[in-house]
Amino acid sequence: MLAANFLLLSAVLFSIGVFGVLARRNAVLVLMSVELVLAAVMLNLVAFSTIVGTIDGQVFTLFVIGVAAAEVGVGLAMVLMVYRNRRSISLDELSEMKG
Amino acid sequence: MSGTIATVLAADGINVAKNVGFGIIAFAMIFAALCVVATKNVVHAALWLVVVLGGVAAQYILAAAEFVAISQVLVYIGAVTVLFLFGIMLTRARIGTDIGLFNSGWALGIPVAALLLGVVGWAVLDYTGDDVIANQAPTPTVLLSDAYLGPYLVPFLALSFVLLAAAIGAIVIARKD
Repeated sequence: MLAANFLLLSAVLFSIGVFGVLARRNAVLVLMSVELVLAAVMLNLVAFSTIVGTIDGQVFTLFVIGVAAAEVGVGLAMVLMVYRNRRSISLDELSEMKG
Repeated sequence: MSGTIATVLAADGINVAKNVGFGIIAFAMIFAALCVVATKNVVHAALWLVVVLGGVAAQYILAAAEFVAISQVLVYIGAVTVLFLFGIMLTRARIGTDIGLFNSGWALGIPVAALLLGVVGWAVLDYTGDDVIANQAPTPTVLLSDAYLGPYLVPFLALSFVLLAAAIGAIVIARKD
């Protein structure tokens, strides 16, 4: 298997996730796109682990899985708080901090 | 024609079955990822995300990382998806087709993503070239546990504190008082 296969697949996933973050307005959908980006990064780490032939990439992948779980939990809690205060999770309405 | 291609691939030490499996899973993953960012139904987006994350787990198995694949299934398909579905239900998104899921300037995301894909793809092809991943046996889990309890012990403990802080923080943020 070519070494570029995994890396190109994860580049495609990363780009799709970036598009989702930029294009979506619903906060939960933006969080899902962030998950796509994180999945791409983890696939990259595992691919590097196989290319280099050491275990370190897999160790870091498991770290990323743990951190991503924490990120989703806190992110959804924040979305919930925003929804409770404003009855809406449209991100373009959260513009009080615009100068 | 395909016979000659198979001969050439086999001569290069490339596992044909592995490549075919990779291609099928990769196609399904890309299609599902496009559905995640394009569908008009929030619940469907969460379910398409399951397909992408399951495909990632399958790719881990192809990359000889079994333990990471099992962790991926447990954490993502088991926990994160349920969390997303709870988030969708608690914010009372409409279950059917929804309108207004896209920004007004959503089309700007397409050139940005295409440019990013071009740059990263060029860098990847420039870095790897024709490098071939050798066929390797599954990674023994004992190597991972040795890494965690050896050189990576301090980051491992730090991660456990991060998870604890995140859990407490999520409860504090989300509780009704």
